[in-house]
Amino acid sequence: MEQANTAIAGEPESPLLAVRGITKRFGSFTANDNITLGLTPGEVHALLGENGAGKSTLVKMLYGLLAPTEGEILWQGASIKLPNPNAARALGIGMVFQHFSLFDNLTVAENIALVMPASDRLQDVPGKIDGISRAYGMGLEPNRPVWSLSAGERQRIEIARCLLQDPKVLILDEPTSVLTPQEAEKLFETLDRLKAEGRALLYISHHLEEVKRLCDRATILRLGKLVGTCDPRVETPRSLAALMVGSQIMEVRAAGAHTLGKDRLVVSDLDAPSPSLHGVSLKHVSLAVKGGEVFGIAGVAGNGQSELFANLSGESLARRPEAIVIDGSPVGALGISDRRALNAGFVPEERNGHAAAPDFTLSENIVLTGHGSDGLTRLGFINGAAAKDQSQKVIAAFDVRKSGADPLARTLSGGNLQKFVVGREILREPALLVINQPTWGVDALAAATIRQALLDLCARGAAVLIISQDLDELFEISDRIAVIHTGELSEALPARGTTREEIGLLMAGMPGGANVAGGSAHAP
Amino acid sequence: MRLDLDARPQRSTLREILAPVGALIVAILIGGVVIALMGRSTIEAFDVYFVEPLSQSYSLQAIAVKAAPLILIAVGLAFCYRANLWNIGAEGQFIAGGALGGWLGLVTHDGAFQGVLGSWWILPAMMILGALGGLLYAMIPALLRVWLNVSEILSSLMLVYVAQLALDWLVRGPWKDPEGHNLPVSVNLDPEATLPILFDGGSLHLGVLLAPLVAIVAAIVFSKTLFGYQVRLVGSAPKAARFGGFNDRTIAIAAFAISGGLAGLAGVAEVSGRIGQLLPSISPGYGFSAIIVAFLGRLSPVGIFIAGLVLALTFVGGEDAQIAMHLPGDLTLAFQGVLLICVLAADVLARYRLRFTMGARS
Amino acid sequence: MSFDPQQIQDILIIIVAAATPLLLAAIGEVVAERAGVLNLGLEGMMIVGASTGFAFAYMTDSTIVGVIAGILGGVLMSAVFAFLTIGLATNQVAAGLALTIFGRGLANLIGEGFVGLKRSGAPHLYIPGLTDLPLVGRLIFGEDFFVYFAILLTGAVGYWLMRTRAGLTLRAVGENHTSGHSLGVPVRGIRLLAVLFGGACAGLAGCYLSLSYTPFWSPDMTAGRGWIALALVVFASWKPWRALAGAILFGGVAVLALAFQGLGVPIPAQLLNSLPYLTTIIVLVVLSLRDSRGALAPASLGQAFIPDR
Repeated sequence: MEQANTAIAGEPESPLLAVRGITKRFGSFTANDNITLGLTPGEVHALLGENGAGKSTLVKMLYGLLAPTEGEILWQGASIKLPNPNAARALGIGMVFQHFSLFDNLTVAENIALVMPASDRLQDVPGKIDGISRAYGMGLEPNRPVWSLSAGERQRIEIARCLLQDPKVLILDEPTSVLTPQEAEKLFETLDRLKAEGRALLYISHHLEEVKRLCDRATILRLGKLVGTCDPRVETPRSLAALMVGSQIMEVRAAGAHTLGKDRLVVSDLDAPSPSLHGVSLKHVSLAVKGGEVFGIAGVAGNGQSELFANLSGESLARRPEAIVIDGSPVGALGISDRRALNAGFVPEERNGHAAAPDFTLSENIVLTGHGSDGLTRLGFINGAAAKDQSQKVIAAFDVRKSGADPLARTLSGGNLQKFVVGREILREPALLVINQPTWGVDALAAATIRQALLDLCARGAAVLIISQDLDELFEISDRIAVIHTGELSEALPARGTTREEIGLLMAGMPGGANVAGGSAHAP
Repeated sequence: MRLDLDARPQRSTLREILAPVGALIVAILIGGVVIALMGRSTIEAFDVYFVEPLSQSYSLQAIAVKAAPLILIAVGLAFCYRANLWNIGAEGQFIAGGALGGWLGLVTHDGAFQGVLGSWWILPAMMILGALGGLLYAMIPALLRVWLNVSEILSSLMLVYVAQLALDWLVRGPWKDPEGHNLPVSVNLDPEATLPILFDGGSLHLGVLLAPLVAIVAAIVFSKTLFGYQVRLVGSAPKAARFGGFNDRTIAIAAFAISGGLAGLAGVAEVSGRIGQLLPSISPGYGFSAIIVAFLGRLSPVGIFIAGLVLALTFVGGEDAQIAMHLPGDLTLAFQGVLLICVLAADVLARYRLRFTMGARS
Repeated sequence: MSFDPQQIQDILIIIVAAATPLLLAAIGEVVAERAGVLNLGLEGMMIVGASTGFAFAYMTDSTIVGVIAGILGGVLMSAVFAFLTIGLATNQVAAGLALTIFGRGLANLIGEGFVGLKRSGAPHLYIPGLTDLPLVGRLIFGEDFFVYFAILLTGAVGYWLMRTRAGLTLRAVGENHTSGHSLGVPVRGIRLLAVLFGGACAGLAGCYLSLSYTPFWSPDMTAGRGWIALALVVFASWKPWRALAGAILFGGVAVLALAFQGLGVPIPAQLLNSLPYLTTIIVLVVLSLRDSRGALAPASLGQAFIPDR
């Protein structure tokens, strides 16, 4: 690694914050293996890598949340120890978390006051928030409880919390994953300004386009190892992706011209009050999905996606039976088992704990959705051999990697468990499949496998409804896309011929973008 | 100093069996130290507590008679605890079952209501009524939980006190034996209302056989049936259970019904098989000790069967120690508490590796 | 049947006496639960506080020494609980039950040699003139120091929780321990202190029972008050001042039994004695009708926290 060191020494400006030969092990698993990189003032440095490449582990060490197993962290050239985030903040390192580190039931001011130095008085915090909010055009209201705010507003709290401490280094972990394209653009303007102020930014992302737009330098991790450093402005997304994944990603084979069948799922004027605290109510949701069609639902997280999924699956019941119709049968009042009996399949967002019971074996998890059919139960007794058999079929068909014959679901990696729960439904050959965030947090190869399987299912005549936050995914495999915003669903637009910007406006709740749709949108 | 928990990657059956055994050994060692601190002979106490009761026929029978209600209640609790429902009011359900089942024994006293039917039906009917009493009493916290989301922990416990006071009132009032010299006791149950003794001159009664029977059935239910699967699933991953199409409310009510029913059955068996009449207090805290049995048995029916025998041994040994060594009876209660604490700690050790780090952090 | 004013004051004084142990225990539990830890071992900590308190007070003939010993007893018990739930991340419900079962045995063991012994109760305030006022003198100026301390503690904890940065940090830990941890808040350290504080308060509440309320030791003398205090925390929506109001309500119910008996109303004593327990259930029902979605409880209450390293 001598070479890497010289590389840093050879930088035009000496790094503000650097790691040298850093390794982090969890038991026998090596999350970071001998990584070296440096951040210079006035630079936006991208940290690229797939899910599981070790990006989060690395930044947690930079923020004092994890201690390195080997190697050292350098601040202005001097070796330092960061025993906790307070030490990192004291030096001038700030961090914006992907899954916000906010407290829903506390106010904006309370959330921010928590990390202010002890010398600041509690009463002075709202004033300071107003100041920074005005300076960067954030529009924060100090006395609002956080639960009442949108994802974009929440992120601005996180950023304001960092900026109030005037950080020299700012780490942002997947900051655009919950933003609309327009909100993301606004964020980039703020980041450009912070860069111009001479701060160093470490920007974690797997969105290659935005890295090209924003970053001066990129460090790429793969399976915990540093595989390269480059200038993203001269690379293509394709070459960056090849570095990240290490092999050519299988291109998803587009469905091509195919005939659409009759309506398999029709939702008309579905209203549903939220059953949970701070949840979203569904208002007048209408849509129709034909056999052979992939229908995509875009939207920023927390706009009613999980509520819509629960209503479609039957985990929540609709008030009117005819609000949801599957293959001609009104099912609004039927539970999930009855809807499965009509040959519908469902895959919820959360793998561990919702789609699968983490402390149950894979074959027991087969029983979870197959107990009503498939010969898995008889007279109230479970046929364990049949469940194991079915489990083996899923494992073979979807190349699920596991250790042991019938392991607990929680021991599988995210990608493998997702392949298992998707495969479990697809092998039942459903006529309708509703799937929420099909590839969230899944490695690129598994994601491609899952998307291909969805398209193949569709080609066999099934209707597929995908709820996803990932616009790239929706544009890749959907025929039509609708947008959910605060519990309301927009008209569906044809995926070909609609731009990301139009969808983005709808995601932000601005209907202006919708009127470009031609006659092809056929919402009732 | 800092303590870290590393999840073990794989489950190990051996470790899961060894954990409660290790906990028992540690608890016995702690008990030994306490007895030594009280200036008594640890060896002698160990002998009186854990060895002597196992060497006499009558004390072996006493262990079985004490273990039976503990096992019955704890198997029922396993249904609740597996479903993540914290029924801690088994003591009250035990009393309710004992009282309702015992009531039939009182009203049929001296041949009343026996007419053409004879008396063969009394015992089975008492058992059914006992189970029903416990079941209905358990329905109060169950329905409050399911309908109104009231914490079953507090409501089930409050109902223990209510049941104790109610039985106290019944036995001192309407159910008092008029010829009992004003003592707070009911009449003695007739032989027709008494569970028969299995061996002449012994204390082992027919009700004791319920314990292994129930444990075996419960073991099959948990491992082979869809209902057992649902109970485990609701407790382990409630969202997944709803996704599976299982109604968590129905399961909650069923788990409470089984738990209350078995506690009530244990109660009426105690009244009919061992006590032979109703007293202001009919339980030496079986309902609470059964909580320890349930955890020591790792919520598995087979484990509970063994754990029930162990706890019963401490009850019998504790009584012997009171007589032979004049050790306080509350020592047993404290020991049982220590045992539960050790069991909970050992359970963590079976699932996690512990790392102590000196200094402020790792 | 008519009350003379003196009788009304007597009844009010008894209500305050019945409310004080509930309030003390509930305030400690409010702090622990606000930090996200559900300590169901309140009953066990209280009873140990009662027996150690009485034992030490009797042996040293000093109420103060007894109180200190009782508080320490509660703290040591809560330390066991903290080791299990915070150190080892065991299920908090199971650990709380273990603590109660263990505490009951331990307390009876400690108190064994003291059953039937009596000592005079804790001293009462006496301010010449004020205490002798009719109607309210003894009620307001003639209580013992436990009562005044409990009220002071309520105010102090209420202010501390809602108005200070340390209180804010504690509430944050109870709302979302993952967020707290990623901001560098020492989640387990704060929870440990909160649980120990809860233990101290429960120990003090126990002391009050054996050193002032009765004042003697008898086995199982807490009689479910720890559990009622747990319900009181829910009743109070985790707010100290509301706990004060609730304690007076619950205390009033307990006294009702005495009042009825005093009036010679022909109701079975057992029914009157079961009133506090029945009231608790009814109160819980009413509360859940008001807040069926659990909006008021700290969001991570009862959840174990295992930090990654």
